[in-house]
Amino acid sequence: MTELSKRPIPPLGQRPRLLEMSDISKVFNGTVTALNGMNLTLNEGDFLSLLGPSGCGKSTALRLIAGLMRPTTGRITWNGKHDRGDIGVVFQEPTLMPWATVAKNVWLPFRLRGQSFASVQERIANALKLVGLEKFHDAYPRELSGGMKMRVSIARAFVTNPRLILMDEPFAALDEITRQKLNDDLLALQSKIGCTVIFVTHSVFESVFLSDRIVVMAARPGRVVQELTVDAPYPRDIAFRTSADYAAHTQVVSEALRRAIGDHADDHL
Amino acid sequence: MLMTTSDPTFDADEARRARNRRIEAVARWAVPLAVVIATVFIWHWWSNSTPQRGMIFPEPLKVWHRFIKDNAMLFGSLMVTLRITFLALAIAIIGGVALAILFTQSRLAELIFFPYAVILQVTPIVSIAPLIFIYVQDPLARVLICAWIVAFFPILSNTTLGLKSTDSNLRDLYDIYGATWWQKLLFLKLPSASPYFLGGLQIAGGLALIGAIVAEYVAGISGSGSGLAFRILEASYRLNYPRMFAALLMIASVGVIIFAATSFLSWFFLRKWHESALRRET
Ligand SMILES: Nc1ncnc2c1ncn2[C@@H]1O[C@H](COP(=O)(O)OP(=O)(O)O)[C@@H](O)[C@H]1O
Ligand SMILES: [Mg+2]
Repeated sequence: MTELSKRPIPPLGQRPRLLEMSDISKVFNGTVTALNGMNLTLNEGDFLSLLGPSGCGKSTALRLIAGLMRPTTGRITWNGKHDRGDIGVVFQEPTLMPWATVAKNVWLPFRLRGQSFASVQERIANALKLVGLEKFHDAYPRELSGGMKMRVSIARAFVTNPRLILMDEPFAALDEITRQKLNDDLLALQSKIGCTVIFVTHSVFESVFLSDRIVVMAARPGRVVQELTVDAPYPRDIAFRTSADYAAHTQVVSEALRRAIGDHADDHL
Repeated sequence: MLMTTSDPTFDADEARRARNRRIEAVARWAVPLAVVIATVFIWHWWSNSTPQRGMIFPEPLKVWHRFIKDNAMLFGSLMVTLRITFLALAIAIIGGVALAILFTQSRLAELIFFPYAVILQVTPIVSIAPLIFIYVQDPLARVLICAWIVAFFPILSNTTLGLKSTDSNLRDLYDIYGATWWQKLLFLKLPSASPYFLGGLQIAGGLALIGAIVAEYVAGISGSGSGLAFRILEASYRLNYPRMFAALLMIASVGVIIFAATSFLSWFFLRKWHESALRRET
């Protein structure tokens, strides 16, 4: 199989459950409560944004899901035959290996499973094509712009066709124009593959444009304060970005975020 | 308005930069070469300035003739010195890298061995060498140990630093993909440590030669070595100054060649991706 396969995405409310975080807390050094009693249900096909001010535990939640650390209390349960299964990750930095070419970077997830480059060459080329970098197959990361590096990082996350992709503020360091383009392309990619995405962001606009579920978090201690759905249909494009629907949603989400921060407004003074 | 160039896309500033680049391209070779030639001439003039001076400060031509005449003997000694230098360097590389890997794997190992590494490094080799010569009888081994002690530390410390500075996000990524210890070492840690290692190698290459020479000196005329340092000592006892100079110049050449070779290696392995090996137009 060289094509990335397509999973159908059922409408919200009819999606099978992928993972469940129940009453998750994470305390660092016995003093810093990064997360306090977080509950979250993720369904297959969700494009879920974790939205909140910095320090509210978004990255911590993602790292717990990725299995990079264990929760202090609570459990994460996975449905389906894999325990954690295939996941792809995109960090805020492109996190590429500078000594390897673009194609060799995208090869990484396969390589770590013991698959030779030759055996997955077509899938790598395919993934690069999907992010518009087919011409940069043999380029080194330093020859690429920030946005292009991020595309390589995305190709690497998607190349194994994982069920779940975790993205931690992937476009936060990019300029607005590049960011919008990447948002468009990310949506196109997700709908093509039908994977589940957890997208961490502190941008209301980005979360409304991309996701069908938004989880608003607050800091000190990090927790979920509100869950919202964005029921606008996919595919979403420029028309959606300028629609009244979009504006209405951003207003609701902004309000929720403002309340989330407002809960502890005195902390920010 | 006054334009000095007819090409409108090539302004005065660019023209000046292009000129500087052309000058730089020539000067890079011409200046060092001119300095060497001038040195030889001054040397020649100086040693001929009084009749007595030439006796203890032989002119370049005399050194050259001696070099040709003693060629077989000097090259035999060169081989001895080279063998020790490269053996010491090879052991320093293997030992230094292996210990660096151990250090990053086990904090306890680092706490145990690091003090010894530092003590060996900060104690001048000339003061350790006589002791080594008491306990080690094998003539090759004793000199080898000295050269190794000097060459080993830069490899160890640089590689350790390099192994420790792998990108933490990349480490997380490898963990998420379930990478094994070997995969992390081979595909992630060693490549990201390679610029540091190559920097250490550049220093260690020169130090291995210095260590070999110093050990030969300490071993002295009584030692059974017959490397280039031994030739210098021997020639000085026989008041054979041209041969001293010839041997000295050979040692210097070896040092230069080692430096050039390690610089080339560094450039070769890093040229595609590392900042240090990239040419940037200024
Ligand atoms: N490894 C760690 N050790 C100690 N404190 C941490 C660690 N990681 C995160 N924290 C703390 O936990 C809180 C949440 O961090 P994080 O999850 O990175 O927030 P976000 O990604 O939402 O900005 C912050 O107060 C942060 O300082
Ligand atoms: Mg974060």
